[in-house]
Amino acid sequence: MNGAQDLGGQMGFGPVAPEKDEPLFHAPWEARALAVTLAAGGMGHWSIDESRHARESLRPADYLSSSYYEIWIKGLSTLLERHGFLSAEEMVSGEVSQVPAQPKRVLKAEMVPGALAKGGPTERPATSPQRFRPGDKVRTINMNPTGHTRLPRYARAKLGTIALVHGAHVFPDTSAHGQGEQPQWLYTVAFTGPELWGRGADPTLSVSIDAWESYLEPA
Amino acid sequence: MSGHDHHHHHDHEHDNHFTPIEARVRALESLMVEKGYVDPAALDVIIDTYETKVGPRNGARVVAKAWSDPAYAARLKQDATAAIAELGYTGRQGEHMVSVWNTPDEHNMVVCTLCSCYPWSVLGLPPVWYKSPPYRSRAVIDPRGVLAEFGVTLPEAKRIRVWDSTAEIRYLVIPERPAGTEGWSEERLADLVTRDAMIGTGLARQPAEVAA
Repeated sequence: MNGAQDLGGQMGFGPVAPEKDEPLFHAPWEARALAVTLAAGGMGHWSIDESRHARESLRPADYLSSSYYEIWIKGLSTLLERHGFLSAEEMVSGEVSQVPAQPKRVLKAEMVPGALAKGGPTERPATSPQRFRPGDKVRTINMNPTGHTRLPRYARAKLGTIALVHGAHVFPDTSAHGQGEQPQWLYTVAFTGPELWGRGADPTLSVSIDAWESYLEPA
Repeated sequence: MSGHDHHHHHDHEHDNHFTPIEARVRALESLMVEKGYVDPAALDVIIDTYETKVGPRNGARVVAKAWSDPAYAARLKQDATAAIAELGYTGRQGEHMVSVWNTPDEHNMVVCTLCSCYPWSVLGLPPVWYKSPPYRSRAVIDPRGVLAEFGVTLPEAKRIRVWDSTAEIRYLVIPERPAGTEGWSEERLADLVTRDAMIGTGLARQPAEVAA
């Protein structure tokens, strides 16, 4: 979706503000927000793609005026309600008023090191032949889906070159919407600065995205 | 973190002490614990992992080893996920790693324009600026301007390669090894490798910049 999350090439946000000796968390609640988000994901009821889509579905003004962990908490609230774990009323009152749902699993403390060390690999056995090879010229498709996609606006309908091939990976555009993993070949595609940004672009610049095969056409 | 009392989160008379987001996170955690969805001890282990175990020192050790050991460097180029796993760094947000190598002719920089994808297994949690609109919007269109804000000026002719992490591939920048470090141990070399150098918004520190 063309939401506020799709930031590449937007202007007006001002300078990057690196902090000297930045703390890992700026307040204790940020650490709790990180942990509850990961632990809730550990129940196994939504994919990382659905999580990302919940965050990017915030209204643009809300997204852009929220800190990153605030965005996570707002996204998590959406997911907990959507999947029947907490009601909106419970989240407002802070009081349990509905019978708990039954999670597929609960991440216990002793499971955490193993779960974090394993992560969530997204590579899957390929179910179709690899269409592109390194060096191939490709053009990204133009599309403006209302659902989740990982093809950023700045890289749509652009001429690029296949740089890397990563095997077949879970397709976020379907995974985010409960439509299955539908793995596709994944490629790193490099574009020149002038192809992306036109007149006045830095000729020494190359920008790559990681693109699923259905985002690409031969050129 | 582990000392706070989960049973008091939804005592409303206490909410006045909290900002709205603090109160919201406390309420959410309390509800989830009460309903049996999360184990509060698991939350503490997650936080402790990123506070004390998984951070940019991991990546610095990878870089230092790559600088010191040509066979390791070759493996890191060939299959970064496996080479990084040799040092024990695996898992969440590092499942599929690619190493990208700075050279005298080319500088690499990593961004996630769509969210905040970042190689946690080697760098830990991302800094606020990495997740914020100024960096995410400009890294792909004006990387030299961004680098200037980090105090980095590259030669005009040097190519810049920006990697937008739009999938689950995570990129680790291998900075150039500073001159004058011949014969240094890996541990000493690792002190030169900053987090920003491995994102590509900085360079490795020079020997003169670290205390003898």
